[in-house]
Amino acid sequence: MIQIISLLLGSLFGGGLYLAGMTNPKKVLNFMDIMGNWDPSLIFVMAGAIPVAVIGYRLMLCRAVPIIFNSIQIPSIAAVDARLVIGSLIFGVGWGISGLCPGPAFATVLIQPQVTAVYLVALIAGSLAYKQFHR
Amino acid sequence: MTEFTPISSALGGILIGLSAFGGFLLFGRVIGMSGMMAKVLGHDLGKSAWRAFFFLGLIGIPWILSITISPPHDAQPFNPLALILGGFLVGYGTRLGSGCTSGHAICGISRLSKRSIVATCTFMVSAVVTVFVTRHIFGVMQ
Repeated sequence: MIQIISLLLGSLFGGGLYLAGMTNPKKVLNFMDIMGNWDPSLIFVMAGAIPVAVIGYRLMLCRAVPIIFNSIQIPSIAAVDARLVIGSLIFGVGWGISGLCPGPAFATVLIQPQVTAVYLVALIAGSLAYKQFHR
Repeated sequence: MTEFTPISSALGGILIGLSAFGGFLLFGRVIGMSGMMAKVLGHDLGKSAWRAFFFLGLIGIPWILSITISPPHDAQPFNPLALILGGFLVGYGTRLGSGCTSGHAICGISRLSKRSIVATCTFMVSAVVTVFVTRHIFGVMQ
C-alpha cells in the first residue's frame, strides 16, 4: 500500500515536472537569465505548487498522525546557519551551470540520457562526497 | 529562446503541489528529492523501499508522457563539463544545505520555514548570478 501510494506521488511529481517544462534545462536556464531571454514560466510552477502544498501541510497539522505513516517527521531545526547558506549557494551555482536540479534530472534520465546520465553520476558522487567529509 | 508557458507551467506546478500535499498528509514528510536520493543511496534501503517506488514514478511517467501524449523538447547538446561540475555541486550543496528545489522552495516555503525561505533566496540568487556570469560575461550559451 505504502509503495503504491509512493509510486503515485512520484508519478504526480514527474508528470508535473514534465508538463511544467522543468525537464528542459534550457528553459530553466532561461528562467535564471533575467538579463537575457528571460522566460518567467517557472514562477508559475511555484505559484501552482505552493498553495496546494500549503493545504496538505495545514491538513497534516490538524491530525495527530499522518494517514499512512504513524508519525510526523518534519525538520524541526529553526536556526539559519552557515551550512544552510553555503550549501544553498553551492547548489545554486551547480543549478545555474547545468539547468538541472535533482528532481528534473531523474525525470529525464530515460528521455534524454545523453544529457542527464552524466549529470546523475556526478550528482550521486557529490552527495556521497558530502557523506565522506561530514561524518 | 524558450516559449513562455504560464498555463502548462502552472498546471504542472499544481501536480507537483499535489505530490507535496500527499507527502504531508499521507506520510507526514517533506517530499525532497535530494534528501530522498541520499536515503535511497544510504545503507537502509529496506526502510527506504517506499522511496525507491517514488523514484520509479518520477522516472517512468515523464518517459511514458514523452512517447505518448507530448514529444519531448529537442535535447540540444550540453557541455559535458558543465553537467559533471553542475551535478557534483548540486549533489554536495544540497546535502550541506539540507535540501533542493522540492524540499526548500516548495515544501519548505509551504510550511513558512525560515530556513527554507533563506535557502531558496540564496540558491535562486546564486543561480541567477551564475547564469549571468556564464552567459553574459564568459559568453558560454548553454
